[in-house]
This record gives sequence, C-alpha cells and structure tokens, in this order.
Amino acid sequence: MELILDGIWKALVLLCTLDPETWRITVLSLQVSGAATLISLGIGMSAGISLALADFRGKKLLVSLINTGMGLPPVVVGLFVTIFLWRNGPLGVLGLLYTPTAIIIAQAIIATPIVAGITVASIQHLPPNLRLQILALGATRVQMIWLLVREARLPLLAAVMAGFGGVISEVGASIMVGGNIKGYTRVLTTATVMETGKGNFDIAIALGIILLGLTFAVNYILTLVQQHDRPR
Amino acid sequence: MNSNSVILEIKKLDIRRGGARVLDVPQLCLRHGEIMCLVGPNGSGKTTLLLSLACLLKRATGELVFKGRPVDGRAAALAYRRSTATVFQEPLLFDATVYDNVASGLRLRGISRQQLRRRVQENLERFHIGHLAKRSARKLSGGEAQRASMARALATNPKILFLDEPFSSLDPPTREALIDDLEHVIKDIGIALVMSTHDQAEALRLADTMAVMKQGTIAQAGPPEEVMNFPADAFVASFVGMGSVLKGRVVGSDNNIVRVAVADTIIESVGSIESGRQVVLCIRPENVTLGLPAGHDGDSARNHFTATVTRIVPMGHFLKIQLDCGFFLSTHITYHSREALGIVEGGTVEASFKATAVHMIAHA
Repeated sequence: MELILDGIWKALVLLCTLDPETWRITVLSLQVSGAATLISLGIGMSAGISLALADFRGKKLLVSLINTGMGLPPVVVGLFVTIFLWRNGPLGVLGLLYTPTAIIIAQAIIATPIVAGITVASIQHLPPNLRLQILALGATRVQMIWLLVREARLPLLAAVMAGFGGVISEVGASIMVGGNIKGYTRVLTTATVMETGKGNFDIAIALGIILLGLTFAVNYILTLVQQHDRPR
Repeated sequence: MNSNSVILEIKKLDIRRGGARVLDVPQLCLRHGEIMCLVGPNGSGKTTLLLSLACLLKRATGELVFKGRPVDGRAAALAYRRSTATVFQEPLLFDATVYDNVASGLRLRGISRQQLRRRVQENLERFHIGHLAKRSARKLSGGEAQRASMARALATNPKILFLDEPFSSLDPPTREALIDDLEHVIKDIGIALVMSTHDQAEALRLADTMAVMKQGTIAQAGPPEEVMNFPADAFVASFVGMGSVLKGRVVGSDNNIVRVAVADTIIESVGSIESGRQVVLCIRPENVTLGLPAGHDGDSARNHFTATVTRIVPMGHFLKIQLDCGFFLSTHITYHSREALGIVEGGTVEASFKATAVHMIAHA
C-alpha cells in the first residue's frame, strides 16, 4: 500500500515539477496513439461503412475476419511490422524502424480492425429500412452515409474509444518497432515496462497513473462529444 | 394541370430473387391526384411494388416514367426521389427533435432557413404536433411518431406520396384519427398517393383505385366498388370478402337468368352465358337473408335454400353464420336477429338471395 501511495506522490511530483522527460513521453504517447487512432478511423470507418452497406458473396467471411482482427496480438503486429521495416525488409529503404512513425504504423494496424468491426456492427444495428427512408427523403449517397453515421454516433464514438484505448495501452508492438529509445521513441507503456524491470516501482506506478489519467481524460472528452446534441 | 393526366407510369416491371419471380407488373399508371391502394395478403408483393414505384429498389428492371420522362440514371433517380416522399410502416425517425426530423428532407435540399422554418411549422401544424417540436423523437408515442414521419414526408412538397402500411402498427382510435387527418391533408393539397395495406377498410375509405395483388402480380385494379362487387377471379373474390365463392356449371339460361348447377343444387344468377361453361359464383354475406324455414312467401329473391347452421362466429357488432345448403354459404346477422330467429348451430333456417346478388365469373 505504501508503495502505491509513494507512486501516486511521485506521479504528482513528476507532473507538477514539469519533469521534462515525463512530459516528453506523455506528449509522445498522446501524439503517437492519437495519430494511430486517426489513421485507423479513416481506414476502419470507411471500410466498416462500405462493408455494412454492401451486399456480396463472402461478406460474412470478411466480417468474421475483421472481428478476429479485433483481437490481434500486438506482439504479432510488432513482429510483422519489424520484418517489413527491417533494413533488408520490403520497406527497409524507408528507414522507419525505431522511429515514432513505426509505432504509429503498428498501432494503426492494431486499431483498424477494432474500429472497422465496431463500425460494421453499429451500421448494421440501425433499422434495415432507415437507409431506404433516407434515400426517399432525397439524400445523395454521401448525404445518406453522413446521416447513417450521425444516427450511429453513439456506438461509433465507442469505436473511437475502443481504438484509442487499444493502442494507448499496448506495449508489445511499441517496444519491438520503437525500441524504447530515450527522448525519441519512449512512450508511457514502454517506459513503465523498463522502470518495472529496473525495480523502480515508484516511477513505474507514477507512469501507470499518468497513463490511466490520460486515458480517462481522452475518454471523458469523447463521451462529452458523444452525448452532446442529443435531444432530451 | 389536367387531373386525368398520368403522373407516373411503370412498364415491364420484373423482379426476381434467387431465380424466382417476386414481381411481374407489365404496366401500371397513376394519375395526378389519384389515390391508389395496393391490397393483398402478406407476401403478395405490395411493398416490393411500392418501393419499385418509389425508385428505392436496387436491381429492379422495368421502366419508370414520371411526368412523361423516364427515370433513368442516378441523377434522374435523385431528382425523382426529391419529387416524391415515402413513409414506412415504422416511423424511422432520426435521433433528434421532432422539428429537426421534419426539417431533415428540406435540409438535404439546402433550402433557405426562412423557407425551412415556414414549411416545418406548416407541416407540424397540419398533423397537430406543433407542441411536440422540441421533444426528442425517441420519446413520442407510436401515433405521434407516425404523424412526425408524415409531416417530414409532406414538408418537401412531394408530387406523389408513397405509404407502406403506415397505420398497421397503430391502435384503432389512433389509426382512425391519423387516417382522418391524412385524408384531409391529401384532399387539401391534391397530390397523388400510393398506399399499400392489408386492411380493406382503409383501402375502401381512401382509394380512387384499388389494386389487388396476388403472388407478385396485379390480379385486378379498378375503382373499389367495382373490385368489391365484380371481382375478376376467385382469388380476388375471396380476398375482398365475398363470403361464398362457389364453383359451378351453367345448365341453362333464358330471359337474362342463368341457371348454374352447384353441387346438387341450382342457383340462379343474372347474365347471359352459354350452357356448359364452368363458372365461379360469388355471393356477398350481406346479400344473403335468413328466415324461418318455408317463410319466403312474397319476397322477390329467386334463390331459396333450406340450410343447416354449421357455425356461428362472433365478429364484433354482428355474427357470421356459416351454412350448409348442399354448398357453402355464409351470411352476417345481428345479435338481435339471431335471437328473433332462434338460430343455433345445427338448427335449420331458410337462406335466400336475389339472382342479382350473384356475381358470376366465367372461366377463361
């Protein structure tokens, strides 16, 4: 118990004293996971909406594959991204391994199936005739998709939360493709793993608390957005 | 505008699913201001035809002609859908206020804010839901929600309104009130209306034209009184409530009276048809009168049968009496008449009907 209280105290000290290293890794965590979430939203939501509205043979198989992808192990993603970005790998020429960009790529791959899977379920959960009703109101295809997204905004924002939550808390891929380089690719999760390994439990707890606080703050903002503009 | 001119025509509509034909309508026309009701049992293709007319079905073949121009291609389909409106069985309102719902079709068209406010307000009042404008659509009762859905549809000033069984999930008083209001609004603005329904009473009340659907085809279309009294075939006859639909063979005719053998009895009908033809006779239950046995002296009915009462079915304000006259016959009587005539199941009565009450359909 004393250890945890020490950790909380340490977290407050690190944040309040504006410890440069702590701030840097906090900001980098937010930047990396934020960018990965945005990329996954672009790809995952488009794919999810297209899939939900399309009607073709093999659709169920594709949805099953996406749903399986929602539980993609980060270390497996880390492994494949590392292989692709390795000096001699197919994309080695880009020189991205052990950079924040590599972490963004890995995290976007982890979050995309989560966002796509929840998007498919959200759109399919809407009343079957709603699409026809919107078209009957005189909507173009783009307007129809926009209205469907607006109608499914509650579960779709849950997709954003799930995607962000999945990547801000993952450590396996970040360590493998980022390398936990101090001042460059060290993020909150990789730093926590390292400090725990070194036996610096107070700092590890402090970093953990900062991570929890960050996740809560982001989700709180998203919840405000989600509940905004709903009539009473 | 010529009120008799055709506003919408569909030709060679042919829809198949999994190889099976679900809709086959060679031609159907809707005139300006006409109210057409599509009636038929479940699965007869009413909704599929309605959605095809509304240009909302993918992979529908056939030609849709609106105001003389074919609805062909994406741009024409969008323009057509913006000239029409559709209300479904479920209100399908957005998770927004009633005002925003009624405004939604107008916002898609990008009309000015001032015009939007005026049109929304006008249609909220039209359906008596002005006081609900700021309420969440999720908190409306079934009747209020369907009113909001109708107001949303009419706010866009459509030339044709399509309604897909819009009253079927409402309780009777709510349905009655909404039909009343809809009837006034439609007469007031004079637009064409196509409505699918399985309720004949709704169709009879509203329709200028009634189209009876059977397995994806239109079995008969015409004014309601014509369809009700002169059904084209046995299917339409039983669907429109001809209590007795009997197969028989013409055995003779003279002076415009046709004698038809049904089972072992002869029924007389009005018309002229050669002997030997197979026919279907249709008799509405309200045209059959009951009396005490051998009590028909002095009445003008040509058909009199002694019948056994096989079943008495309460139908609300009246009773349906099923009779065995050697053939099946059904009639409606009041509770008071049953008391007066002492009708009981297994009892004997005298059933009679006029020759003019028999509608005769000759087999092709």
